[in-house]
Parts: sequence; structure tokens; C-alpha cells
Amino acid sequence: MEITLTHYLVLSSVLFAIGLIGVMRRKNLLMLFFATEILLNATNVAFAAISHYMGDLSGQMFAFFIIAIAASEVAIGLGLLIVWYKRTGKIDLDQMNSMRG
Amino acid sequence: MFEAIAFYLFAALTIVMFTITVMTSQALYAITAMAAGMIFISAFFFILGADFLGAIQIIVYTGAVMALYAFGMMFFDTTRNVVEKRTNPQIVFVLGVLAAVMVVAIFVAPIVSNNIQALYPIDAAIGNTQAIGMVLFTKYLVPFELAAVMLLVAMIGGIVLAGKKMDKSLTLMAEEDIGSMDDSIEPQAGGH
Repeated sequence: MEITLTHYLVLSSVLFAIGLIGVMRRKNLLMLFFATEILLNATNVAFAAISHYMGDLSGQMFAFFIIAIAASEVAIGLGLLIVWYKRTGKIDLDQMNSMRG
Repeated sequence: MFEAIAFYLFAALTIVMFTITVMTSQALYAITAMAAGMIFISAFFFILGADFLGAIQIIVYTGAVMALYAFGMMFFDTTRNVVEKRTNPQIVFVLGVLAAVMVVAIFVAPIVSNNIQALYPIDAAIGNTQAIGMVLFTKYLVPFELAAVMLLVAMIGGIVLAGKKMDKSLTLMAEEDIGSMDDSIEPQAGGH
């Protein structure tokens, strides 16, 4: 029994689906950040698997840059979230309607 | 054989952990399950021969990102259960269809790419970390520098956003006070 590229792509899409469920059902912004981290990790698995089975290092490079982007996203996002929580006391997505959008 | 056992074991563990992260109503359970899931994800990188990527995954995600989330959660009320509301079913339907189309595209991609060849082929003679370094500092040097600048901007932004006026509770202040705080705080800070 050999593990092929399809196994990894199935696993990646399952993880991506889990993250997508989280993005759709969460109203708490902190939990929404967790779900986006799962989405980024699912793509990283797919990139690393394709890199291995195609014998190309480009996939791993893209995974590195995705990790760097995820780290920046967390720093900025949590900073904004802390400021918002200090002002309103809530981090619910539905109550962020100060722009009446 | 061992590769298959490891793959299925870590696949099951990762799926369970991320499902807990998405489904639980306790923020602390969610962050713990996600930290475990990140470590299990790194196991796939080690199986796939991407050793450096696996080490980076552990250091950056379970080291830096999780510590940042734990730090952020100190500000929030984490003992309270997270309240979820049902979303609009039409939006869920549209997003579900889009996700299904995307999954089909992912599965079709290897079939289409049968005739492509590697731009930077993996050389078995040199180690993974050495090969990564050689590609990263030659072909991907400009994106690497851009990522460094991006991380610097993110760091400064995080410090400015989270670190300013940490001793004051903005919740208990009126909107006008927050607006005029920038003017009033500066003379006080110079006093002591």
C-alpha cells in the first residue's frame, strides 16, 4: 500500500473543508482567526505534497511564504482585535456595524 | 508500509484536532486543539522529506503564532461560552458550491500537470535544508526580502496597535475622551 499524491490532496481538501466550515459558522472573531489558520495549513500540506511528488522545490518555497504571511496576519489581526475589544468589550462579528455597511 | 501507517495515523489525528478547533464552544479547548493539530501537520512535512519546512512549522506556528494567540486571549473573556448564530442559508449554499468547484479543480490539477517538468529539481545528493537555502537565496531572493519587510511592518503594526495605552481601559471611556486622549496624554507622560 503506497501513499500517493491523491491521498495528500484528499487530506488537504478535507482540512480545507473543516476550515471553511469554521469560517462560515463562527461569529467570534478570535475563532474566525483559528479557522483561517486551518485554511492556510491545509494549503501548506498540498504544496509540500506536490513539491515532493513532482520533485520540485518551488512548492516548499510557496509554503514558506504562506507561513510568513500567516505570521504577519496574526500580528496585525490580533492588534486590531485587542484595540476593538478595549473600545467595545465585544469581539462578535455581527456587532461590527459602526460603518452601517 | 510505515509511511502508510504514519500517514493515516497523523491524518486522523489532524482531522480530529481541527474539527475540535472548529466545533468547540470553549476558546481554550480550541487553541489547545489547534496547537496539537499544527504539530501533527509538521509530521506530514517530515514524511514528505521537507525537513526544514517541518521544523519551521513547529517553530513558527506552535511557537510564535500560538504564543501570540495565547497572549491575545489574555485580553478577552475566554471563560464565557462562544455564542454562534445561524447564518443565511443562501450564503452557505453559494459558498458550498464554490468550495466544491475548487475541490474539483484541485483534483484535476495533477492530471493537467502531467507534462510539466520541475523548475528546481530536488537533488538527492544534498540535504533538504541546503537545497532550500540555495533556491531561496538565488531564485526567490526578492520575494524573501519582501517577506522580511512585510514581517517588519507587521511587527511595528502589532506593537503600535496592541501596546499603546495599555494601562487605560478604552471600554470605560466615552468616545470624546478617546478622541482627545492623544492630546492630553503627552504632557502627563513628560511629567514623570
